[in-house]
Amino acid sequence: MIDFVHPALLFILGAVPIPFLTGSIRKVYLVLIPALAIVAVVTMEPGSYGAARFIGQEVLFAKVDKLSIVFATVFTIMALIGMVYALHLPRAGQHVAAFVYVGSALGVVFAGDYLTLYLFWEGMAFASAYLVFAQESERAIRAAFRYLMVHVTGGVALLGGIVLHGLAAGSLLFGPIAGGAVAGTMDAGGYLILTGFLLNAAVPPLNAWLTDAYPEATVTGAVFMSAFTTKTAVYVLARAFPGTELLVWLGAAMALYGVIYAVLENDCRRLLAYHIVSQVGYMVAGIGIGTEMAVNGATSHAFAHILYKALLFMGAGAVIEVTGRRKLTELGGLYKTMPLTVALYMVGAFAISAFPFFSGFVTKSMVIAAAGQDHRALVVLALTMASSGTFLHTGLKLPYYMFFGHDRKLEAREPPRNMLVAMGMAAALCIAIGVVPGPLYALLPYPVAFEPYTGAHVTESLGLLMFTALGFILFLKALDPENTISIDTDWFYRKGARAFLWLSEKPLARCEKAVSDVSDSVALPLLHGAARAGLRVDLNGVDGAVNGLARAIRDGGGALRRLQTGVVTHYALAMIAGVIAAIAVFAVVWQ
Amino acid sequence: MIRRIVDFFGDAGYARQRRRLFYLVLVVIVVADFVVPREHAEHLWDRLPGWSAVYGFGSCVLIIFVSKFLGHQGGLMRREDYYD
Repeated sequence: MIDFVHPALLFILGAVPIPFLTGSIRKVYLVLIPALAIVAVVTMEPGSYGAARFIGQEVLFAKVDKLSIVFATVFTIMALIGMVYALHLPRAGQHVAAFVYVGSALGVVFAGDYLTLYLFWEGMAFASAYLVFAQESERAIRAAFRYLMVHVTGGVALLGGIVLHGLAAGSLLFGPIAGGAVAGTMDAGGYLILTGFLLNAAVPPLNAWLTDAYPEATVTGAVFMSAFTTKTAVYVLARAFPGTELLVWLGAAMALYGVIYAVLENDCRRLLAYHIVSQVGYMVAGIGIGTEMAVNGATSHAFAHILYKALLFMGAGAVIEVTGRRKLTELGGLYKTMPLTVALYMVGAFAISAFPFFSGFVTKSMVIAAAGQDHRALVVLALTMASSGTFLHTGLKLPYYMFFGHDRKLEAREPPRNMLVAMGMAAALCIAIGVVPGPLYALLPYPVAFEPYTGAHVTESLGLLMFTALGFILFLKALDPENTISIDTDWFYRKGARAFLWLSEKPLARCEKAVSDVSDSVALPLLHGAARAGLRVDLNGVDGAVNGLARAIRDGGGALRRLQTGVVTHYALAMIAGVIAAIAVFAVVWQ
Repeated sequence: MIRRIVDFFGDAGYARQRRRLFYLVLVVIVVADFVVPREHAEHLWDRLPGWSAVYGFGSCVLIIFVSKFLGHQGGLMRREDYYD
């Protein structure tokens, strides 16, 4: 009986046959592998698997505990939903990329050492970048290159940190970084690792890759991307940096950061992407607080978030799929032709907004309650304010301008059935978790002593949300989407790259030309003269000496040759002369 | 059934009913917030009935206007061809 099948291998090796399968067989296969992976995760036992030594270091291919099992569970469920959503795609490329992406994310979740983690970390970056490249428009390809460059840079920071940390700690096993809980005592390696992790968690100012690339990805690719990269980062932060004070403030700030940008956004999926930043803020803050309840809250919120955010991306993706439009200024009035999509999208919107009986209600509130229990009033207020903003955008603004609002008489219909089924699966889970949170709570790393359904919690949540709706209705005009883009921190490298190109094309190129002019007019004649002088010395001096020596050897050889007559008597005579000479020497010297 | 619910929120004909229902919900929530037991109050505002309604409304207004201010006056919002 095999007691552990690594789900990452199921996906990564399972990706190989996809291009060779067609039709229904491929569809069955694409659903079968995630289903097997779910079984593998549900049946696995905590423990360490695949220990080995590599370049003198202990590596551990898979370490299974409660924290990794929660993330692996939701990752495999999400892989199944994402695959169903993408079943209609005619080409295999995106399926392969998605399989490798999911497999790599699972590889990170089970990695027992930093080298294994790094390997899968980079695998995730490249596989997910393909999902943006596959969109094939020039904008998408540019965004994909930026995405890849940022992640490769983050990967280098991570690798540098791993090497430094490994040297300092003497072990590459993946665990809490010493000093992480106490600010100021962490070494440079720890900070570099933290930077690599924060980049993937899209913590401002390292967030712009996400909101830049996700909206440019393919309709189905963005669904996968919304789920895996940032939540893998949340997992590694929870594993390595629980209780790091810096994370509390970064998390609270990013929860509001995403909300503020979402107001300005006109692209439907970019608005949702800003809400990934905002929602991951709750998780980062929870990990920073570091109490058992806070880490439970962050973990359960990641679980719920993956499902409702995927559902929202699927809803927006369905609209893009059937209308070809993505800007709120160009959408509106679709509720007549896409009622099922509207209803399913709204389930996701209620879940992210934390309405009672939807998943966010039982997870987000755990993070906020943990902040309250830890006497962090400001964090509670910031996260509560961000909750209001979340409903304002994902629950009100986006559906209003996308599905209701001004009817633009767009030709639309419900998306392909597999897309609706996938959305239905995610919606069912969003509701199930909200209504019966027990099974999710049982999966969490620590025992849960939190009751979400108290009278006060329900009325407070509804009060917050419905009065947000009142604000939305009263100030609807101020929220009208505008045909603009927003400057985020990608400005620095997008404009910076342009400035660099200008620098290299104008001043540097001019400088290079001046240098080459100087070399043409001064250095080259000098070199030519020196070469000619060298040639003369070579021909007259060196060659003369060498020739003279050769001639002397040849003449000497000729003289010696004359001595070798070939006549035996001559040689005998010479030997006798030698013997006589030897005797004479002996007689004279040793007497 | 789903279509009818979605139509209720979209069709102009239901506007008046929608508004009435919405205000009724607001009133019910605030009243309920006054009557629910609050045995566990971590912060000062946890003891104030109706606080979350005020905070929700205030947050919403603040988020809208601060963001739009940053977008327009702060220069965050740019023309779509800004990077081209």
